[in-house]
Amino acid sequence: MMSLGDFLQKAMSEWMREGGPQDDIILTSRVRIARNLEGFPFPVLQTDTHADEVIHQTQSALTKAQIPGTRFELVRCSDMSALDRQVLVEKHLISPDLAEQVKHGAVALSDNEVISIMVNEEDHLRIQCIMPGFRLQEAWNLASKVDDDLEGSLAYAFHERFGYLTACPTNVGTGLRASVMMHLPGLVISGNINRMLAAVSQVGLTVRGMYGEGSEAAGNVFQVSNQITLGESEEEIISNLTGVVQQLTDHERAARHALLQQNRHSLEDRVGRSFGILAYARRIDSKETMQLLSDVRLGIDLGIIKGVSAGILKELMVMTQPAFLQKYFQQELSPVERDIRRAALVRERLRLDDAEVQ
Amino acid sequence: MLCEHCKIRPATVHFTKIVAGQKTEYHLCEQCAQEQGDFFAQAAQAFHFNDLLSGLLNMESSSGFTSTTLLNTRCNVCGMTYNQFTQIGRFGCPSCYESFAPRLEPLLKRIQSNTSHVGKVPRKSGGVVRVRNELQQLRKALQEAVATEQYEQAARLRDRIRELEQKLEG
Repeated sequence: MMSLGDFLQKAMSEWMREGGPQDDIILTSRVRIARNLEGFPFPVLQTDTHADEVIHQTQSALTKAQIPGTRFELVRCSDMSALDRQVLVEKHLISPDLAEQVKHGAVALSDNEVISIMVNEEDHLRIQCIMPGFRLQEAWNLASKVDDDLEGSLAYAFHERFGYLTACPTNVGTGLRASVMMHLPGLVISGNINRMLAAVSQVGLTVRGMYGEGSEAAGNVFQVSNQITLGESEEEIISNLTGVVQQLTDHERAARHALLQQNRHSLEDRVGRSFGILAYARRIDSKETMQLLSDVRLGIDLGIIKGVSAGILKELMVMTQPAFLQKYFQQELSPVERDIRRAALVRERLRLDDAEVQ
Repeated sequence: MLCEHCKIRPATVHFTKIVAGQKTEYHLCEQCAQEQGDFFAQAAQAFHFNDLLSGLLNMESSSGFTSTTLLNTRCNVCGMTYNQFTQIGRFGCPSCYESFAPRLEPLLKRIQSNTSHVGKVPRKSGGVVRVRNELQQLRKALQEAVATEQYEQAARLRDRIRELEQKLEG
């Protein structure tokens, strides 16, 4: 088996490995646009022939596309194992729905896994760009560029009045869903989070947990995204979300600062204990892992823990998911075995860095 | 206020049902409301967004606003009926938007709070939209030119309009 360091280098997407603007709080910026091809039924009514044709057209459009320094590889879901599909879900490169579209689904990934294009999910195409840190505008620009390039050889379903047509009326218009993944332990610990989230939902945005719809906010990681896709331009959507995320970020910074000023000892205690458990536990479930990793990351951000890379939260929150664990250990693992292996993986990862707890 | 059904527990569920123009108000406790059947069982479980959406659509169709003819409206391209759409919350093909256009207005208003797209337009399929916009402007300019007796200008505009109209047809 390859060493953990080598495995990480190979298995991590750019968003997991690299940093970005304001990445003490903002983990990723993601933009997804939904597009459909004129003259084909949406995937819900698709025959095998239709699905093949959509994949075929996408493949040839990608070959002609001219995005500097980017090569795409298109893989059909049926050519991947269930485990490999689940790994892509855990890396946020495909949706759980696409992973289940074994027969008709496919995904095209760029080398660095910044761009992923889901084919035959709910819509014919879902173009996604995911980048580390606060780079919403950049992610939108890139997604839009890919969109333009694909449109060069594809005929999109577009309506004068309703805009880009999508299978679900919640996506029609721009087809744009922009979302920002944020780590907000300060607002959670200080008890301000619910007030903040209520305010966010009043300005047409939604907040969800780490793995989207219905998932809980494990490890104080939240995703904030736009709800409305019709009647607002892409620029407006991006700039509204940017404004709200910046405010949340400022509040989170203030909350962290206040905690450090007023509750330094209990904060240091909490961070130190969490680090201790992660460094020595022999069995740990994923929920507890996320919670403790959140504390450790907060400790790193506030200078309580030194020598551990700040990327550890992003890395391990994906690495300790069930499919990734099984991929790393190259075997099927029962939930109990996973808890044991998860603890081992976290211990090993922490030892890669020279940690020093103040 | 006490629940008007059991008259024991406080009424916490208040709703108005409109069937064929007949308005009835209900004030129930949660337990009685659940016993009242489908409507609440559905509303209470409508967590998942898609369920919530089809919940909204069904609410509309069960409340007497929607006649059977509308529910049976069929997309002439993929064959999906409006009724099927309300069940699964997904359209069958791009043409459904045109086929169900009269029903879409209130629906989009509710879920998007807007009904017209602003923003990006595809260069190719959007070309038509651009041409139509230009035509509209040219026709307006033509009217003005005629009104102000600028006939040379009007002739130029008329030629440009013809050119664009041919382009649209071709």
